[in-house]
Amino acid sequence: MKYLADMLLRQEAFSEIVMGNTAVVRAMIEAGTRVVSSYPGSPTPEIAVAIKTIPREKRPFYFEFSTNEKVATEVAYGAAVNGHLSTVFFKSVGLNVASDTFVQLSYMNITGGMVIVIGDDPGANSSQNEQDNRHYAHMSYTPVLEPASPAEVYIYYKEAARLSRDKQMPVILRLTTHVCHAKEKVHFSEWIEQTADDTPLFDVANGPYIPIAASLVFPMKRKALSRLEEVRKWSETSSVNRVIDNKNSQMGIISMGLPFMSLMDVFEKTDQKPDILKLGVVHPVARKRVADFLKNHKQIMVVEELDNVVEKEIKCIAFEENINVKIFGKTESEDWIGEYTPDKVYEVICKTWPDLLPNKKLEESMPQVPLRQAQMCPGCGHRSAFYAIKKALAATDITVADIGCHTLGFLPPYQTGQLLMCMGASTSMGAGLSLFNTSRKVVAFMGDSTFFHAGLPGIINAVFNSHPITLIVMENGTTAMTGHQDHAASGRNFNEITEAIPIRQVLEGFGVKHIFETDTYKQSMLISMVKEAMQIDGFSVVIAKHPCMLKFTREQRRKKSYVQQQVQINSDKCQNVYECIERFGCPTFTKKSDGRISINKDLCIGDGSCIQTCPRSAVEPLKKA
Amino acid sequence: MDYFNIYLTGVGGQGIGLLCEVLLRAADNAGLNVKAVDTHGLAQRGGIVVSQIRIGDKVYSPLIPSNEADLVISLERHEALRAMNTALKNSGTLIYYNTVWQPLEVRLGSSNEIDEETINQECLRRNIKLIKVIEADLDNVQMQNIALLANICKYGLVPGINIDNYKQAMDDLMEGKMLEENIKTFDRLRM
Ligand SMILES: Cc1ncc(C[n+]2csc(CCOP(=O)(O)OP(=O)(O)O)c2C)c(N)n1
Repeated sequence: MKYLADMLLRQEAFSEIVMGNTAVVRAMIEAGTRVVSSYPGSPTPEIAVAIKTIPREKRPFYFEFSTNEKVATEVAYGAAVNGHLSTVFFKSVGLNVASDTFVQLSYMNITGGMVIVIGDDPGANSSQNEQDNRHYAHMSYTPVLEPASPAEVYIYYKEAARLSRDKQMPVILRLTTHVCHAKEKVHFSEWIEQTADDTPLFDVANGPYIPIAASLVFPMKRKALSRLEEVRKWSETSSVNRVIDNKNSQMGIISMGLPFMSLMDVFEKTDQKPDILKLGVVHPVARKRVADFLKNHKQIMVVEELDNVVEKEIKCIAFEENINVKIFGKTESEDWIGEYTPDKVYEVICKTWPDLLPNKKLEESMPQVPLRQAQMCPGCGHRSAFYAIKKALAATDITVADIGCHTLGFLPPYQTGQLLMCMGASTSMGAGLSLFNTSRKVVAFMGDSTFFHAGLPGIINAVFNSHPITLIVMENGTTAMTGHQDHAASGRNFNEITEAIPIRQVLEGFGVKHIFETDTYKQSMLISMVKEAMQIDGFSVVIAKHPCMLKFTREQRRKKSYVQQQVQINSDKCQNVYECIERFGCPTFTKKSDGRISINKDLCIGDGSCIQTCPRSAVEPLKKA
Repeated sequence: MDYFNIYLTGVGGQGIGLLCEVLLRAADNAGLNVKAVDTHGLAQRGGIVVSQIRIGDKVYSPLIPSNEADLVISLERHEALRAMNTALKNSGTLIYYNTVWQPLEVRLGSSNEIDEETINQECLRRNIKLIKVIEADLDNVQMQNIALLANICKYGLVPGINIDNYKQAMDDLMEGKMLEENIKTFDRLRM
């Protein structure tokens, strides 16, 4: 077996098939990165999975999952001004959380260097929006490098690290979902391990580090702007930007990232290929290079995913340089939406240049397939909770969801959770919903990782301003949806066992007067607790606990003593009431063509949370023969 | 062969990740130029999981254009048809494990379960080569992916990859008892 850790730490140069998220870890090691921090979020958590394969004592850098993205950014910044090359990584919307700190970074002399790795999510594969984080880069005068493949992830990270250290400024490495998750063979250089100088080098003389009042802020801002200009100059000649010369003096395309790969595929089979300028540095745009490219073509198309950030700059360059060229960019709202896959890029090009590409024949009608939405796993404590809590709610009550596996409670058959915003927002949105509202009770939900991430201020506010709502904390001991990362109440951090910070005690410390707590498999207990909590005139919290069963079952399966448990349907008792499929909704229950219920043996984990739900007591533990 | 596109699909938890890795590495072992991508978001929670593999010297994006897959591999019947509709080219090949994980709509009775006949008919209509796999004696669900792999190898569904390439890939990815059991199942079912 090939071990990932051996590969990541190999001294000699080598080639290996890796995912973008793994390539970046080798790049960190080669670049001499000393401190890395993160908060989990797709498409980036596999970066930490790769890091975790290296035993802590062999890890060339410190890594932590911090409580949220802002905290992670601050940890990485603190380390960097002490002289350590650092990196923080998180998902697209993570930058919203980190932004208050992030926008200041370019003002600072980051002596050690700092790379911000962002996993944007065009296509909203696993995010609540598809925000284009290049806007933040513009707002904060931060350069952005954007790779198109795992091989480029590796090269660009090292380039970003070098740039950041040389110029003492933050640099963004902008990945997108299918660059993070793409796999290909990457050629890695040798790694010469250097003994790091860990002397704390922080010195106010390297600053200023205190942006307060115009007299200090303006010089810092001037420096940020002038550094950005230096990066622009560098990018004019850097090989990170390149031209694919197809000897076409008529048509040119400017593109970047994965859309560039789509372009290459789309034009692979055509005779007439436009020239392509591929930008690796997407901010700041290499002005002279773009101008030259514009001058050498009659028509230019900008093929850019999400927003028209680069397009606007290119049009601006053409205008200011007085270049006579027709520039095509985005025209209708669909151009701003979705991932620029080969299919989408084909469409976008056909709209602009209808005769360039071969026709694709339209699809004939195909048989329909039932939709398959994500759902909670067999045995999930959240399911047991939603099934029970729904019984405690009136139809007019307002239920506020939050981010996590339990968001799926909004789907049938539970339909609990009618509003969703972003991590930690449920309590405060609930507070607002309770104003001028005496007739409809408000119940908010929140996961345990979210509780620590961004949930605390809203909860304190509910206590502070006496909002009469009920919060249900869905405690499963882990950050489940993103792949089971530990959090402050898990009793472990990324590196070691730690003292858990119990949610109940936190709430007590905040002065929450009404706290209820039960395991979610105890459904009647949960129902009566929720009912009671909702009667209270004030802020109340129900902690609905059950360990994540996906994680638990995986751990159990690794043990020698593990015996597979399952339930069975007692067909004498079953009267096709369908409580199991229509209200409890565990995917294990299958409806046969004759209407009878059976158990999907591939799915059932035998947790038994379903047994109490059958009004005919027809679900029972499988007796082993 | 300029290129060969493989589209893998199934439901979260069926072990598509390992199957994709084995195929990807087997192609690399065979000296082919290859890239892949896993495309799933929330899907790990009982939703659809998809991996895509592209073999060839002139392949750029890891994403396969719609209906340009030469081979669809599915671990589940509904997903087999879905992938046939969206990914498979006419006269391509479909191999699927004939098991059903009912989508919620089917369980709630608002849609019908896809039956084998619908798939058979579609394959006839679109001139698609069909291989249906079901191993009654497979005691371990976790082996369904290897059962498919064995059949992919047996019927030579991916041009240019041989038995040793597959075995080497498995050897790169697993060890101990897990490797032993997977190789055993692979050997038994590819004969
Ligand atoms: C700002 C931000 N960071 C990260 C994420 C990614 N994310 C989606 S679900 C989730 C897990 C939340 O965990 P928890 O609250 O414990 O709920 P669980 O999934 O365990 O039910 C995370 C971190 C996000 N959506 N937004």
